[in-house]
Amino acid sequence: MTKPLLDVRGVSKSFGAVQASTDINLDLREGEIHALIGPNGAGKSTLIKQIAGGLRPDSGTVFCDGQDITGLSTAARARLGMGRTFQISSLAMDYSVLQNVVLGALGRRGDIFRFFRPVMKDADLLATANQALEMVGLEDVKNFMTSELSHGQRRQLEVAVALTLSPKVFLMDEPMAGLGADGSRRLMELLGKFKQMAPILLVEHDMDAVFALADRISVLVYGKIIASGSVEDIRGNPIVRSAYLGEEIDA
Amino acid sequence: MRKEPVLNMALLIALLAFPLWAWAADEPFLITLTTRAVIFAIAGVGLNFALGFGGLVSFGHAAFFGLGGYVMGVLAFHAQTYTPVLDWPFVINGTKSMPIVWMVAIALSGALAVAIGALSLRTSGVYFIMITLAFAQMLYYFTISWSTYGGEDGLSIYVRNDFPGLNTMDPIQYYAICYVLLLIVLGLVYAISKSAFGLALGASRQNEDRIQAVGQGPFGLYLTAFAISGAITGLAGVLHADLNRFVSPTMFSWHTSGEIMIFVILGGVGRVFGPVAGAVLFIVLEHTLGGLSEFWHIYLGAMLLGVVLFARGGLIGLIAGREVAHD
Repeated sequence: MTKPLLDVRGVSKSFGAVQASTDINLDLREGEIHALIGPNGAGKSTLIKQIAGGLRPDSGTVFCDGQDITGLSTAARARLGMGRTFQISSLAMDYSVLQNVVLGALGRRGDIFRFFRPVMKDADLLATANQALEMVGLEDVKNFMTSELSHGQRRQLEVAVALTLSPKVFLMDEPMAGLGADGSRRLMELLGKFKQMAPILLVEHDMDAVFALADRISVLVYGKIIASGSVEDIRGNPIVRSAYLGEEIDA
Repeated sequence: MRKEPVLNMALLIALLAFPLWAWAADEPFLITLTTRAVIFAIAGVGLNFALGFGGLVSFGHAAFFGLGGYVMGVLAFHAQTYTPVLDWPFVINGTKSMPIVWMVAIALSGALAVAIGALSLRTSGVYFIMITLAFAQMLYYFTISWSTYGGEDGLSIYVRNDFPGLNTMDPIQYYAICYVLLLIVLGLVYAISKSAFGLALGASRQNEDRIQAVGQGPFGLYLTAFAISGAITGLAGVLHADLNRFVSPTMFSWHTSGEIMIFVILGGVGRVFGPVAGAVLFIVLEHTLGGLSEFWHIYLGAMLLGVVLFARGGLIGLIAGREVAHD
């Protein structure tokens, strides 16, 4: 097996008496989608923050491509190759769609301290940005204000911005949340394609999507990973069924 | 064609035509009035760069305005008394040369903004407002007790500083200097707003998570924006001091910070020409309403309320409409 691109080793985090993450081990290998599921309040967002930055674990280590990133800032992690999409769309709303993607390409290139050359005429950045927009299918609305986009389009745009970073790993926090059946299907197709570029750690509530897409699934309950394995393993796992999946399997 | 560029052009043309008319009609007072408007506009453009583009609500820009003023005052004071500003460890003499004074003021205000920013930018929201105010007030009380340079009474300078080839005491010639500087500052701010830095700064203002997610930190962007902002307002301070040939601690007072903020809000936050419109409107109101009543600020206050409640885009936004998607 190849070396994992993302490796979470023994991460624990508590807030006062609440144990939000307990000795979590998780990895992400080339070419796969690893889904992280769990009921509300299981500590998924807390874990994502410890991986993407913003929250430092009490103990344990997070490696990205072999490098210890536990102490790094969110921005430094992004520069190292973490392409993140947020649970609640987090875009520059007063910018056009194109500006948001150009911003991603610019962040990736790193030369933000340029004061005179018009950035929206930079052929290099525009090429990266347009390519990302084409991949997610937003090229027709690229001159729209981001605030005018539908919810689903904003999710696509988040993915497009993550693409411009040419990340080593994608971290996607509930990318299908709030999407209709159509939108979900569309995004699922895209994710299936993108995992070839970089593996995806997918936090998702939509079980149909998870079972259809994921190569591996880890189940988080009360801050602990209670099971981890292939789709078949998880479907058949009695602990998971009783703790979490019961109804959905029956349905 | 979009309305906003037309409006901006109209403003610039009016600011050229009106003083020329006043010059032809031999009304030096009106030229001086317009000069004030232009200088206030520069101060406002400076604040707008932090406030409008970076979302940094500084209530302490009087610090930079006042510093610019005192740079001019102190250097001119030593030049007119033939005493050195500093005689140890090396000698620094005063100067009456405008370009040198401008450079010194820009450099020092920029440096002061870096120092204030480095401390203040650890906070945000109302704390940032209060801490920037506190820094300006510190300088205000410092200059009040700085008896070498007049303390509370301030410093009078006999003659305006020199600019090669011009008679700066002639109102229209001094106006020309200020107008050209306004054009340069506007051009600079416009260029930066379209640059990579401008894009990243605007994104930080709108959403700090977003700029971090693309691998950049907002702090360096904010600090740089604050420094540029302070330097521009510092330049306005020099011009203001030179116009009046007088500096006093009032330049550092929170009233000054408030007035600069009024130019920005009246004209339109985050629009390159907003503070120009705001400063012109302010001077027009001061001149017309101020003639009617000593309490003209009541009307100004009512107008400000109107803008904040009903026309967030300020004067420019009201006339030109909401900003549409960028090209």
